[in-house]
Amino acid sequence: MSATVTQPRPTADRKRVRRQGLFAPDLMKAAARQAVVMLRPDRMWKNPVMFVVEVGTVLSVAYTVAKAATPGISAAPLGYLVALDVWLVLTLLFANFAEALAEARGKAQADALRKTRQDTPARRLKVVDTSVVPPGTLDSWLQTPNFIETVPSTRLNPGDLVIVEAGQVIPGDGEVVEGVASVDESAITGESAPVVREAGGDRSGVTGGTRVLSDMILVRVTAGAGKSFLDRMIALVEGAARQRTPNEIALQLVLAAFTFIFLVVTATLWPMAKHAEAYMAAYVGAAQVKSLGTDVPTLVALLVCLIPTTIGALLAAIGIAGMDRALRANIVAKSGKAVEVAGDVDTLLLDKTGTITMGNRQATRFVPLADVSAVEVGHLAALASAADATPEGKSIVDLYRRTPGAGVWSPPVGGRAVAFTAQTRMSGVDLPDGRVLRKGASDAVRKYVEAHGGPLPPRLREQVDSVAAQGATPLLVTEGNRIVGLVVLEDVLKPGIRERFDRLRKMGIRTVMVTGDNPLTAKAIAEQAGVDDFIAEATPEAKLAYIRKEQAGGRLVAMMGDGTNDAPALAQADVGVAMNSGTQAAKEAGNMVDLDSDPTKLIEVVEVGKQLLMTRGALTTFSIANDVAKYFAIVPALFAGTLPWLKALDFMGLTSPTSAILSAVIFNAVVIPCLIPIALKGVTYRPVGADALLRRNLLVWGLGGVVVPFAGIKAIDLALTALGMA
Amino acid sequence: MWFLPVLIVGATVLLSIPLGRYMARVLDRGGARNAFERLIDTGPQDWKRYCLAMLGSNALMFLFGYLVLATQPWHPAFLNPDGKGMLSPTTIFNTACSFLANTNLQHYSGEVHLTYGSQIFGILLKQMLTPAVGLAALLAVTRGLRGDKHLGNYNLDLWRGLVYVAVPLSLVVGAALVVEGVPMTFQGNVTVTTLEGVEQAIARGPVAAVVAIKQLGTNGGGFYGPNSTHPFENPTGLSNVIECASIIVIPMACVVMFGVMLRNRPHARVVYAVMLAFLVALIGWGIATDSMRPNPALADRAALVGRDGKPFRVTTADAAGTEEAKDLAVPALVGLPVDQSTGNLEGKELRFGTSAGPTWAAITTCTSNGSVNCMHDSLNPLAGLTPLTGMWLNCIFGGIGVGLINLLIYLVVAVFLAGLMVGRTPEYLGKKVEAREMKLAALALLAHPLLILVPTGLFAALDWGTAATNNPGPHGFSEILYEFTSSSANNGSGFEGLGDTYGFNDPKANPSTPAPYAPHWDVATGLVMLLARFIPIIAPIAFAASLAAKKPTPMTAGTLRTDTVTFGCVLFGTIVLVGALMFLPVAALGPVADHLGPIPFGR
Repeated sequence: MSATVTQPRPTADRKRVRRQGLFAPDLMKAAARQAVVMLRPDRMWKNPVMFVVEVGTVLSVAYTVAKAATPGISAAPLGYLVALDVWLVLTLLFANFAEALAEARGKAQADALRKTRQDTPARRLKVVDTSVVPPGTLDSWLQTPNFIETVPSTRLNPGDLVIVEAGQVIPGDGEVVEGVASVDESAITGESAPVVREAGGDRSGVTGGTRVLSDMILVRVTAGAGKSFLDRMIALVEGAARQRTPNEIALQLVLAAFTFIFLVVTATLWPMAKHAEAYMAAYVGAAQVKSLGTDVPTLVALLVCLIPTTIGALLAAIGIAGMDRALRANIVAKSGKAVEVAGDVDTLLLDKTGTITMGNRQATRFVPLADVSAVEVGHLAALASAADATPEGKSIVDLYRRTPGAGVWSPPVGGRAVAFTAQTRMSGVDLPDGRVLRKGASDAVRKYVEAHGGPLPPRLREQVDSVAAQGATPLLVTEGNRIVGLVVLEDVLKPGIRERFDRLRKMGIRTVMVTGDNPLTAKAIAEQAGVDDFIAEATPEAKLAYIRKEQAGGRLVAMMGDGTNDAPALAQADVGVAMNSGTQAAKEAGNMVDLDSDPTKLIEVVEVGKQLLMTRGALTTFSIANDVAKYFAIVPALFAGTLPWLKALDFMGLTSPTSAILSAVIFNAVVIPCLIPIALKGVTYRPVGADALLRRNLLVWGLGGVVVPFAGIKAIDLALTALGMA
Repeated sequence: MWFLPVLIVGATVLLSIPLGRYMARVLDRGGARNAFERLIDTGPQDWKRYCLAMLGSNALMFLFGYLVLATQPWHPAFLNPDGKGMLSPTTIFNTACSFLANTNLQHYSGEVHLTYGSQIFGILLKQMLTPAVGLAALLAVTRGLRGDKHLGNYNLDLWRGLVYVAVPLSLVVGAALVVEGVPMTFQGNVTVTTLEGVEQAIARGPVAAVVAIKQLGTNGGGFYGPNSTHPFENPTGLSNVIECASIIVIPMACVVMFGVMLRNRPHARVVYAVMLAFLVALIGWGIATDSMRPNPALADRAALVGRDGKPFRVTTADAAGTEEAKDLAVPALVGLPVDQSTGNLEGKELRFGTSAGPTWAAITTCTSNGSVNCMHDSLNPLAGLTPLTGMWLNCIFGGIGVGLINLLIYLVVAVFLAGLMVGRTPEYLGKKVEAREMKLAALALLAHPLLILVPTGLFAALDWGTAATNNPGPHGFSEILYEFTSSSANNGSGFEGLGDTYGFNDPKANPSTPAPYAPHWDVATGLVMLLARFIPIIAPIAFAASLAAKKPTPMTAGTLRTDTVTFGCVLFGTIVLVGALMFLPVAALGPVADHLGPIPFGR
């Protein structure tokens, strides 16, 4: 029955794609081809800024052709007009290339994913009513193979029950209704360590395309063909489902407004230049004076330089790259909007376990409660834990071995290990020498000792409470009917977590710890970790209520969850990140899925969102600030023929009017590919507070935006002059 | 030289603070308080109703003003002692638009063309009402930004602006002007025999009343054609200071009122500081380039050559299209033997000192006042940039109410870009600025350059403009540019030197022949003034209402703060950058080319 279906191993693909550099040659080639295809006006129309460039380019080319036919129509030399046309076309191609490259990177990811989506045979149960699955269904059906049919996965419907065994690929998204299995999810997560999926509880969700490594499970399919998680993920990554986000639309509007303003500025320069030509002609006593001010391609060049082409060209790429960056962090956002909203998050709900603490409690101290030494308590506790394979048990033995003054550790030989049960809530060992050692939760041990007629140490309750107040868990150790001491188990904070929260605070984000601990313990841990608030004894309802309360105050809330009972809270939160290991309900409710199921991801999600917005703002500012230098290059050139003394405004000392205009156009075009890496990688986000961040970005992108083109245009002009093309 | 501007700016800053607090108290006091207010109060209005009420009342005002001007010959004798006749239809249209739009562009000469009836009911009434309209608009916008559900009641706002601000302040200023010697009478012209033995008719009338509200209400339409250069309109040094301070004190107080009403004074302080910085810079530029520089027409001038020492060349073509390169020989000029140590004195009222002209020029154009106490046409070319820039930006204190509204448009652009740069969806006063808001802001932002550049281009290319200008070349271009800038900024000051006066409908009744293209100018500037008045009022009210409907977000360390020095710099930089990008080419073609080129140029 094993491994009848062979599948390609897509893990390597995914990893390779993710490692690919920004400018992998195959991506570049694909993007370059696509850049030409995208020149189609119906595609350009979606980007108003670049559409204006395209219309201007057509106008300019037509004018150049007319000039070639009748040289009298323009004062500009033909070679200059041709050069202008070439650079205008290049501007368009560079813009398309930026978008195409971002899309190609997405496509490469999608292709890798698609390999896992091949048609897999599914073994479906032939039942009418699939809603009720009594225990033992799996076994009973296996004994009646006639009731199992094999269908292609594309024909599965939601609600179908399928059996998946070791070596087989899970045919579709679903939920484990019976059985437990280890599953290799590397196809989508890139992580090779297998994960356990079992019926009931919060680890019941399975994803189509992943492979069962051991055991057998009964899965209820939850998504029909083509609608699975994987399908949606591919569509998103490919950009097919990409919709413009609210912020992108607002920015697009601002860019359109600037474009319109510059259209008015440029268009009205034509009659104004006519006016200047007329009076210069009268001044020198000629019939007419020729200047570049009334030359249509030159005015188109001015327009293209002024309108925010830099950001117009990179805007789409920035959006796609934002999704892509999230995906590289192994987070699948269900929409671009979700990533954007993440940048605005004010409150983070973080699970204590796994996010703030290591998640496994460890022994940190032995405290004597009778007339024994701490080392002796440690010895007894270690003996009681020798057979205990849980991390807690192991940590007790480890701690004893590290305790100074402890003898050579030797596990008890013989004797009878007593395992932990839900009834006794204690574990321990009956040694061959007749000693009975137990360890357990304080109330359980107290009852046990009282039942055996043992004395309770006088300050027991006080001691136990003081340990709990520090956020730790006390375990009592008994020998016979006597309590000898307690072991302090502490949930150790993750290293560097305090600094992380400090960073978040500087970003203006409130952190809230969610824990099932009692308020006392929760408070202690919250203080140690440096979170702003905590929800103790958290129930799903408490989480939901907290989120609603924050939202009523106008705050945006992000949370992470995995269980079905987290679903309402995930849906309510503005950013709900479901763990991939979680239930299908949780994944449906959230607007992002973390493939790594790593609770600290929330912080990265927020940073990706902020980076996305910042990159847009920075490049827009840069683009608009660039115009100052372009004006100083172009305006004197436009009027060199009519108001030659405006040359005094040409601070850059450019060689000739035509070289000045050409240099500005070339700079405007070249800056686009130069900024592609920044558009794709994003502007570096520093958690330093809004004011400092603003100052920094203004200095780099605002002031830089004013200064850089002066240098750039001058350099291009020098190069043109050196090449004899000025 | 610097004493006068420091005195005026210092005094107005100090006055504006208590005045602004007073305005916030009397104008923003909720529903009707007395029987009359109950009569006019139609209840709280949303933005559409508020704008509708505003447009309705403006339509009535337009109609009324038009009728008053159009019935001039039939005004009773005590309102028309000199028997003035019918004005040309386009002059009436232009004047009705001009005063409705709080522009007060005058294509006529008050003392020549208007009866006292027209002065009082056609001009003075609107001068009283239109600042109150602007104030009402600001009240509505501020309430929206504050998050109020309703924007108030237009009638109440208009009434309160009138009786608590416009009327009392103009009574005080008017009385002070009367004391300084400004005429206030309903008697007709006085005929005197001058020392030369010539008979001269000296115009007088209810001057003090007109002048007080013209200064206070960012109006600027003088009683006399020469405006506040006329010795009856502005007789003494003290009257000059009073009038100059009156121009800007209410616009300044508007910002203070804004802060009080928003309960966010730190933010208003930043806005105020940015505006003040611009004002000081423009006054400084005006004085430095005019009062501290000689008049170039009288000074020595080197030969005009390129950087390489050779004369400039231009490519000419004859009628057949044969091209020829010509050297522009502009030889050196020896200046006239005049002492120019006191700067450019052309077109100044020397009674007030040398810096009074540029100071007034800056203040009157930063606010949308437009009254003058010197001839802007005679400012040195570069100094001409001061009034032009004031009107291009149109938000440095600006017109009453509307100036601050205009600044909010720039502020939204600044907030949007800066907000993105801190990695959040942009927010203003705790409300998210999204697509709808940006659409409205963009609309308001576009109107101004569109309404200046398109008609300027049109008139510059046609005879309409070139035949109307006094000077050819860049200076003539500046005259055209200035006229439309002034109209679109609802300023109303004139660069002068433009033939735009038609006057009486009967050409023979006019003391000078009507300008050939005056009707074109009348209609074009009339339309520009109307559009430029109402688009930038309605769009921001809708904007504020849209923000009001949003849920406020609390401040965090990640939020862009709008009450810091950093934000002040962002706002300043945005205004400079956006303003420069819109108007740098025309600035180069007009004043800068005028400054750099030969003088005189052409003819």
